[in-house]
Amino acid sequence: MSQLPQAITDGILGGAVYALMAAGLTLIFGVMDIINIAQGILVVLAAYLSYALSVHLHIDPLLGLLITVPAMFAVGAAIEWAFMRRLRGRERTAMSLLVSYAVAVVIEGALYQVFGANDVAIQAPYVNSGVHVLGFDLPYIYLIGAGLAVVAFAAIYLLLYRTTFGRSVRATMQDKVAARLIGINVNRVAAITFGIGVGVTAAGGMVFGATNAFSPNSGYDLISRLLSIVILGGLGSIGGAAAAALFMVTAEEVVNIWQPVWATAVYYAVLVIVLLVRPVGIFGKPEARSS
Amino acid sequence: MTMTEAATAPSASPAPLLRTESVSKAFGGVQALSGASIEVGRGTIAGLIGPNGSGKTTLFNIITGYARADSGQVYLDGRRITNLPPERVFSLGIGRTFQLTRIFPTMTVFENMLIAGQHKERSWNPLARAGGAASRRHAMELLDFVGIARHAGALAQTLSYGQRKLLELAYVLVADPEIVLLDEPAGGVNPSLINTIAGKIRELNAAGKTFLIVEHNMDFVMGLCDRVMVLDYGSVIAAGPPAQVRADPRVLDAYLGTGEDDDAQDGDRGAGHEGA
Amino acid sequence: MIASGLRFGGVAALLALGIVFPLVFTNPAVTSDAIYTLIFVAAASAWNTFSGYSGYISLGHAVFFGSGAYLTGIATLDWGLTGSQVFLLLPLAGLVGAIIAVPFGLIALRVRRHTFVVITIAIFFIFQLMAYNLQSLTGGTSGLLAPTVNFAAATYNNPFYYAALVIAVAAVAVSWLIRRSRFGLQLRAIRDDEDRARGLGVRTMRVKLGAFVISAVPVAMVGGLSWYFTGLIDPSSGFDPLFDVAVALMAFLGGLGTVAGPVLGALIIEPAQQYFQGQVSAGYLFLMLYGALFLVVILVLPRGVIPTAAEQIGKWRDKRREGDGGLAGHRLAAAGAAPDRAKELA
Repeated sequence: MSQLPQAITDGILGGAVYALMAAGLTLIFGVMDIINIAQGILVVLAAYLSYALSVHLHIDPLLGLLITVPAMFAVGAAIEWAFMRRLRGRERTAMSLLVSYAVAVVIEGALYQVFGANDVAIQAPYVNSGVHVLGFDLPYIYLIGAGLAVVAFAAIYLLLYRTTFGRSVRATMQDKVAARLIGINVNRVAAITFGIGVGVTAAGGMVFGATNAFSPNSGYDLISRLLSIVILGGLGSIGGAAAAALFMVTAEEVVNIWQPVWATAVYYAVLVIVLLVRPVGIFGKPEARSS
Repeated sequence: MTMTEAATAPSASPAPLLRTESVSKAFGGVQALSGASIEVGRGTIAGLIGPNGSGKTTLFNIITGYARADSGQVYLDGRRITNLPPERVFSLGIGRTFQLTRIFPTMTVFENMLIAGQHKERSWNPLARAGGAASRRHAMELLDFVGIARHAGALAQTLSYGQRKLLELAYVLVADPEIVLLDEPAGGVNPSLINTIAGKIRELNAAGKTFLIVEHNMDFVMGLCDRVMVLDYGSVIAAGPPAQVRADPRVLDAYLGTGEDDDAQDGDRGAGHEGA
Repeated sequence: MIASGLRFGGVAALLALGIVFPLVFTNPAVTSDAIYTLIFVAAASAWNTFSGYSGYISLGHAVFFGSGAYLTGIATLDWGLTGSQVFLLLPLAGLVGAIIAVPFGLIALRVRRHTFVVITIAIFFIFQLMAYNLQSLTGGTSGLLAPTVNFAAATYNNPFYYAALVIAVAAVAVSWLIRRSRFGLQLRAIRDDEDRARGLGVRTMRVKLGAFVISAVPVAMVGGLSWYFTGLIDPSSGFDPLFDVAVALMAFLGGLGTVAGPVLGALIIEPAQQYFQGQVSAGYLFLMLYGALFLVVILVLPRGVIPTAAEQIGKWRDKRREGDGGLAGHRLAAAGAAPDRAKELA
């Protein structure tokens, strides 16, 4: 039975990183009504960036964040500018799924082209070591991941609630037309938000790449988990995404004790059940009824 | 409030075609309807008026199945239809139009007409073509009646706002409903078209069709309706012939008291204002 | 009238071309490409019959493709079927696809728009996971190998080709029948305004579910055929996340919600894909090209080739009439042409 507390600990530490990646996804939806299916492959791209920096330039992955975070921010802003901005009309959310899926396919192809199909993993001194506290195994990389998540969440919180730009973002989340009318440059807000939403994948990708062997194909597994998390948490709700991530990853770790093969099914099963009972997710607000 | 209704209103007809009984509905903390009871006599044109936010569209939505009542009942011809889904309400004989017209934009005007008629076609073959010869002819006659037959082949999204209102009226009539609920038929339409629409309603009424109309344009309501009911804060505060209602001090109070939209010439065109 | 005659002639010519194709082009590499193309004609057309007409974008149709493939594989191996016998399993595969579509649809069709898209993806991953994990049934990662087929070498591909042709023609015919039927009218009404359609007596859940189930059948059938022809299925090829992107791209390229659009899209894209896959080193490059093409189509040509072309031809015709008969003639012509043009979109 000592497995259970350890599984819960792993779930919470691992869940923090998923919370961060999911927060990026849900922030993008909240501001722009866009679901970024490419988020999964962008995590993989970020992992490859960290990997390439450490293998070729011998830059420590943690230090490499100084390069990868701005790089992923730029990638996100570029995707927004090049594609998402051009989507209009009633079905733009559904269309954004297709467009970002296509973006994901392009990135996947490029990663195969550059890095090949074999699994790789990020190596660093803190990847395979850890500390023992009160009988718990706490790998350093998980602690680093959780720490990064906390820092990133704090930064996002301060940005949203303590800055003028954050006010513009929140205004845009509530009402795009009104935001435009009071002089907010919605395009700029969208590009920067997309940049931030994708920028967090730099930290997520680094931790993901250090804790898992990955290949260009890993994006599908990631995005299916992230989608389950953000839908469960209610699309657009950052707190909901964080709570759902902690819950789901912990649930997976716990199920993993008895049913290692089916543990990932927890995501989809919970998602389907939740949507059947409450189609807007647990923390989502009901859509206004159209009269 | 229902007591005043009983006191002031001479009963519309022995057995009303449409009746609501103490219908209440709250959205969050806002009480949109509290015990609203209305009656519409068969073969009449009834008007439902009231200040913005008094619950008119909410009552329409509950009658037609687009919203659920928290309590109270709705009867059509003596039959309880409370909280039935919209497709059932429609097939039982209540047609409605929307404040902001709702047509099918990427289908042709003629195809719009066929949708409303299809539920009557009892056919086991799902691949049967829509509309038999008779219903196609009927659809064309109705388009002709409202005066947009020449646009039959055009996509509905190419119609002007006024033409859309006429199309919506026409396709609701396709199914030959017992009663038609019109949500602001004159809203946002130019005066000559308002006259056209009023004329069509009169003509249909003369042929036996029953109407219940929500409208902000007082001249339109007072000139057209046999009986007018006034909603305020979700309940009926007055009902009776137009002249009587017009002179009722409570009605004046309700309109002037709200202070914002007293004359009520132009309706609340903002989407969902009333529904919220 | 002339237009409908032309169209009938065009369809007949295309059908005739389809029938004689493997007799003219006997190179197995060419007929093999043609088989995959027909498989995607069927799949894209069936996908469009649901997603294109109803507006519900499904990214979970690979569930039917994979289920059809696995069912055909498991049944063939269990019952020891060989040669042409296996083709008789394909209707069964279609039936199983339809049966799976019922609970799938009942769950997914309760939600709309992007939530629907996401839930189809989730259900897709559940099936992929099952294919990986139910090893006694599916063979796990190593998948199921088809038995060697003893067709004559010279005409080896022909039975597969004609089976694919039959399924593709049937899928397109059903799509066409639905497009012009009452059922199709209801589906398109749901696409435009689902709540309003309900308010006009359309039993929306029944209609959506019906279309979803119908669209699953050809997809499951070509899944089975694909297993037999390719000779192998494993979880990543049977439940391939790119499958739905491919069929959606074909439908969007040709024209979403039209009958001919997905056919045209499949005829353009699948041969190109086969060509690029043949160039060994270009496999990954093609992945990039694929995504890029999709981006271009959605952003530049969102309505697809056929509706856009129809509109251009209509404009050009109007212009010519204007030149010929002056303004009065033009007005008459436009009034007459409008219904025609609306129909031509079909």
